[in-house]
Amino acid sequence: MSVTDVRSVTGDRLDALASGEQPRAALVGYLPVGFPTVPGSVEAVRTMVEAGVDVVELGMPYSDPVMDGPLIQRAVDVALQGGTRVRDTLVAVEQVADAGAPVLVMTYWNLVLRYGVEAFARDLAAAGGAGLITPDLVPDEAGEWTAASDAHGLDRVFLVAPSSTPERLVTTTAASRGFVYAASTMGVTGERATVGSRAEQLVADTRAAGARRVCVGLGVSTPEQAAQVAAYADGVIVGSALVRPLMEAATPTAGLDALATAAAGLAAGVRGARRSAR
Amino acid sequence: MRDVLRGGGTLGAHEGPYFGDFGGRFVPEALVAALDELETAYHKALADPTFADELERLHRTYTGRPSPLTEVPRFARHVGEGVRVFLKREDLNHTGSHKINNVLGQALLVKRMGKRRVIAETGAGQHGVATATAAALLDLECTVYMGEEDTRRQALNVARMRLLGAEVVPVTIGSRTLKDAINEALRDWVANVESTHYLLGTVTGPHPFPEMVRDFHKIIGAEAREQLLAETGLLPDAVAACVGGGSNAMGIFNAFLDDPQVRLFGFEAGGEGVASGRHAARFSGGSPGVLQGARSFLLQDEDGQTLPSHSVSAGLDYPSVGPEHAWLHEIGRAEYLPVTDAEAMEAFRLLCRTEGIIPAIESAHALAGAIRLGPQVGSWGVQDREPVLLVNLSGRGDKDVATAAAWFGLIEDEPVVKADEGEQL
Repeated sequence: MSVTDVRSVTGDRLDALASGEQPRAALVGYLPVGFPTVPGSVEAVRTMVEAGVDVVELGMPYSDPVMDGPLIQRAVDVALQGGTRVRDTLVAVEQVADAGAPVLVMTYWNLVLRYGVEAFARDLAAAGGAGLITPDLVPDEAGEWTAASDAHGLDRVFLVAPSSTPERLVTTTAASRGFVYAASTMGVTGERATVGSRAEQLVADTRAAGARRVCVGLGVSTPEQAAQVAAYADGVIVGSALVRPLMEAATPTAGLDALATAAAGLAAGVRGARRSAR
Repeated sequence: MRDVLRGGGTLGAHEGPYFGDFGGRFVPEALVAALDELETAYHKALADPTFADELERLHRTYTGRPSPLTEVPRFARHVGEGVRVFLKREDLNHTGSHKINNVLGQALLVKRMGKRRVIAETGAGQHGVATATAAALLDLECTVYMGEEDTRRQALNVARMRLLGAEVVPVTIGSRTLKDAINEALRDWVANVESTHYLLGTVTGPHPFPEMVRDFHKIIGAEAREQLLAETGLLPDAVAACVGGGSNAMGIFNAFLDDPQVRLFGFEAGGEGVASGRHAARFSGGSPGVLQGARSFLLQDEDGQTLPSHSVSAGLDYPSVGPEHAWLHEIGRAEYLPVTDAEAMEAFRLLCRTEGIIPAIESAHALAGAIRLGPQVGSWGVQDREPVLLVNLSGRGDKDVATAAAWFGLIEDEPVVKADEGEQL
């Protein structure tokens, strides 16, 4: 089965938003499972979807998250110390799959490897998940995942970076399904004053390499930045700016309120973007 | 030097990115271009005689190579009747360990790649000191990441690095040891890869590091083989080395990989015993998985989360191991056994008392392993001569004096930590 034979749940959502009456980019929102608790994270995902997030990126807590900055690592540490397990992610996927947004799981590779690549794909698909975002798995090492995701109809979101060569943009695009994740900057997750200036060019280059859909992440944290990125990308990926309200709130209820406010602001930014010609 | 780097045997010249099922590149895409650049620069340097000449000159005039081979008969009496024990003296290298071999090689590559800054991780501080040294020598900026727990255990080496002009960054997340220092170094590298080289200190990480770092350490085995043949006319019956990430072991093993009669033993940190769960014995208490760029053996729970490691030796306190070691374990070419903290410290004391050599606690694990091998080595087909054991003394123990003094209760007001009463050094 080739990439084009498998229908992409996430791709369909992005296409629907791009071709609606008011064409726009998607808002992709990241939250880790188990922060502040497993039920609390499920509630938080539902809250951010209700507030306007179009695609969910559900993080699987990992002990060595090298692509994440300090804020997300702190949240993930809380999740792990609270006893969050890999199977909690599959349960959480099941519980949020009907919230109204495709659910992609963001995971470091060893967790899937340990579970069993084929078994994980099977169980993720059964839970209603859309696919995986794999920050430390490049297509060169993804043979087993490619086969399993084809067999179970799952998306494969690989990353491209400002340092990717034209050749790698082509091979990574060809290996991806759903969208290609363009890292706006050389660095790890976290809020930044400005989105990397190389992001727009990277999106253009990735499209030129054959990508149908390119979403931009790393450093997007304000409605203004979301609007700026939404003008040229198919999706705007936000993580730390959604985790922070949960982290800083005095109570769980206040955290959900602050999360809803943050997500709604980012959603408004995406919806208000002036789209450039595609 | 060039011939040493390139190798000539079959197992000994094995190239990455894979060693059997192990190795590879499990890294963020942002690093792939830098790894490709490094691989290209390394292979280009191998083909350029001026690179080998420059490295050879530095080894001869700066590191102090060849390092001696020392027979240790008084220590050998505790190993086994009639067993001859030889130490490869990497502790006598400039900066006090084998680490300088790799650091000088990589630092020369950094200059060739036109980068200005190096970052490194360090556990015991030996690699950090070696990197800070090479950075000073070759006029490079240097930042060293070190787990906060290790900065406490190895305060003297922190001071050394700072004297040499390096910035030492204590890492305060996770277990605050070597694993977390590597995570921080990787994060720095992702953000600064255009100007910065990650001068990785052992045979772990993504390709080409395991292959390249091994190649820079092959000189240990090449020299030891030649020296032992000149001294005894024999190859060793067994080679013993400690294995944290595994660079000193891979360096000395390499010269003997294609001699099946030479048994190779890697001794990893058994800590308080494998059954206790407080150890760094990846082969006895771990399983295959991916960590920090490569597939290898690692300490992990049933979900794949990295488990904390433990060792009295900061340099062996790491939950994974180089992928080539994982491969040699799988194919049965090398044997990997745990040595407890207590066994290592006993061997540490023994070498001090019998030979006047204070070893690094890392190296003491190899010495303890040799003591364990002693009773067996005579029965491995050696009939008409004394059996010969070669031990890699990977580093000197200056940095470990405070730990040893506390262990043996040698400092007033310091409690005896582990040594039995009446067994003071």
